[in-house]
Amino acid sequence: MSGITIRNIRKSFGATRVLHDVSLSIADGEFLTLLGPSGCGKSTLLRILAGLEVQDTGSIEIGGRVVDGVRPKRRDVAMVFQSYALYPHMSVAANIALPLRMRRLSRAQRLPLIGRWLPGSGPVISGIEMEVFRTAEALGIAHLLNRKPGQLSGGQRQRVAVGRAMVRHPAVFLMDEPLSNLDAKLRVQMRAEIKDLHRRLGVTFVYVTHDQAEAMTMSDRVVVMRDGEILQVAPPQEIYADPNDIRVAEFLGSPKINMVDATMREPGLVDLAGSALSVACEIAPGSKFTVGIRPEAFQFAEHSGPGVITGSVRMVEHMGSDLFVYFDPSSLEQPLIARLSAERAPHIVAGQTLHVSVRSDQLLVFNRDGRRVRARDVSSAHSSTPAREWA
Amino acid sequence: MSAIRLSPTAAILRHGVLVLTSAFILVPFVWMVSLSLKSPGEIFRATFSVLPAQFYGVENYAKAITSVPLPRYMGNGLLVCALILAAQILVCAPAAYALAKLKFWGRDFIFAMVLVGLFLPHQVLSLPLFILCYKLDILNTYLALVIPYVVSPFGIFLFRQFFKKIPNDIVHAARLDGLCELAIVWKIMVPMALPAVIAFSIFSVVAHWNDLFWPLIAVRDGNLMPAPLGIMAFKNEEAGNDYGPLMAASTLVVAPLLIAFLAAQKWFVEGMTGGSVK
Repeated sequence: MSGITIRNIRKSFGATRVLHDVSLSIADGEFLTLLGPSGCGKSTLLRILAGLEVQDTGSIEIGGRVVDGVRPKRRDVAMVFQSYALYPHMSVAANIALPLRMRRLSRAQRLPLIGRWLPGSGPVISGIEMEVFRTAEALGIAHLLNRKPGQLSGGQRQRVAVGRAMVRHPAVFLMDEPLSNLDAKLRVQMRAEIKDLHRRLGVTFVYVTHDQAEAMTMSDRVVVMRDGEILQVAPPQEIYADPNDIRVAEFLGSPKINMVDATMREPGLVDLAGSALSVACEIAPGSKFTVGIRPEAFQFAEHSGPGVITGSVRMVEHMGSDLFVYFDPSSLEQPLIARLSAERAPHIVAGQTLHVSVRSDQLLVFNRDGRRVRARDVSSAHSSTPAREWA
Repeated sequence: MSAIRLSPTAAILRHGVLVLTSAFILVPFVWMVSLSLKSPGEIFRATFSVLPAQFYGVENYAKAITSVPLPRYMGNGLLVCALILAAQILVCAPAAYALAKLKFWGRDFIFAMVLVGLFLPHQVLSLPLFILCYKLDILNTYLALVIPYVVSPFGIFLFRQFFKKIPNDIVHAARLDGLCELAIVWKIMVPMALPAVIAFSIFSVVAHWNDLFWPLIAVRDGNLMPAPLGIMAFKNEEAGNDYGPLMAASTLVVAPLLIAFLAAQKWFVEGMTGGSVK
């Protein structure tokens, strides 16, 4: 059992506060992703989990054991670094074998040259060699064991780093942006391989990334972080469809979500981009707020009508199955982006007038502080199950 | 390294400058070797030729080796240099690691002290060191030749700069892999900083092989003298016009360094380029 409980972690570097009171609990065997822009504190949190940084206050439990003050090597965690952090002077085999040698051989048995001939070390060393070979084979790098890291490609180095982490069967895998140094094609491939590795090993993975595609495709749950705080913890589809916070909504999704300032005209009816749309929210009439509309929430409409937004098309991007249409509603200063199906909205050109409708349950309403205002009627709104507690 | 093609004029000019400066530096050595092969009469002849008119090398070198215990002096030098280098690396590498990668109170102050140590010429310390060695009762022993050099501010500085360039993630990975801090120094940092270690070794060996000042103060027993001091003793004993054997002895003392350099050169360059893995 190796769930992780993080309680009230705070961390500052000098005067800069990096983590403000972060609490989180990670289930045994879960694939959890810490997602956020650089500088949001996600890597620091990972390093605190590994024991490489010490938190100012708060406590970490791994597998039911409080590990505050426990050295990294005694925490039963392994880490894959963004830079891979391979030892350049050692062969691939020696890189992968090192964690096992440090754990299974005595100080004397680790001595170069003579260590091998000390009593008892022979079988242990051949056992280690066997395991290194098996690990390398599982990762498809068995033919590279005698090379030095400098002679390997980025993807191969990545595999060696994963091998060095998995060879000692840790209870928890920590990964710090492991794919960000790879090219796009390899990244997609390694994404699937890491996901597969997680399925095979069945241990807890904590994965740090700033890439939303990685977070969405690999995780059981995503933790969105910003400025040292956790904004939301939820499964990927929920974090996308039902964000708690305007910053979560803006960070996820490509093209970016449309954010439109709106005024409540009367209960349930909102003035937005020159038309009146119905929303299921308890907001006092006359108050101002922000509405988020995902580009794919727009639907092509043949002509104007109630609940239809009209604007002139500024630019069209053909993406194959979809069109990204940038259009300017008359009452708005910034353009809106609609992602329309190429089949249903075939001949849109710049300059023409576009009508789009949007379903009321797909309007995400945020108040002036950026917090989400949820729908009144939970059952009728298709995507507004309340966000899970962070516990 | 990319080869840059030079225009013929630039190449000639550049090589001309290089040939001139290296000739300037090499002249004393050539002269030394040349004198070591000449007979006493030829040495004081008014005309100079590089090659001896009459080959007198065997006599000079035989005299250099036999009239004073030159092999013994060189052995002493070798032993002292090896002890100093081993002790220096043993002390400097962990110190440099602490200064480069560990966070502790007063680190910057200690590093500032190392820099101060770097600026002090060793001669300034010779009197206190002499008294220290006297109090420890190690004057006139090998220990007296080694102890003052065990802590090398230059070594600490050089290693620290090199260790600082090694990414922190490597240190973190090593800690997670179960290495203790000293194991990180010896298994990760020092092998990765091999070019720095080699460069430092060359500096250290050259400086202490050629050192005359401190052995002159610390050692009086002829059996403990390193090579340069031995040559001086040779000169005192053989005072007068016998420059041939003296130059032969000097040549013999310089030779090991030259040979070591030529042998290590290829490896040295390899260490400089091959180790640079990102």
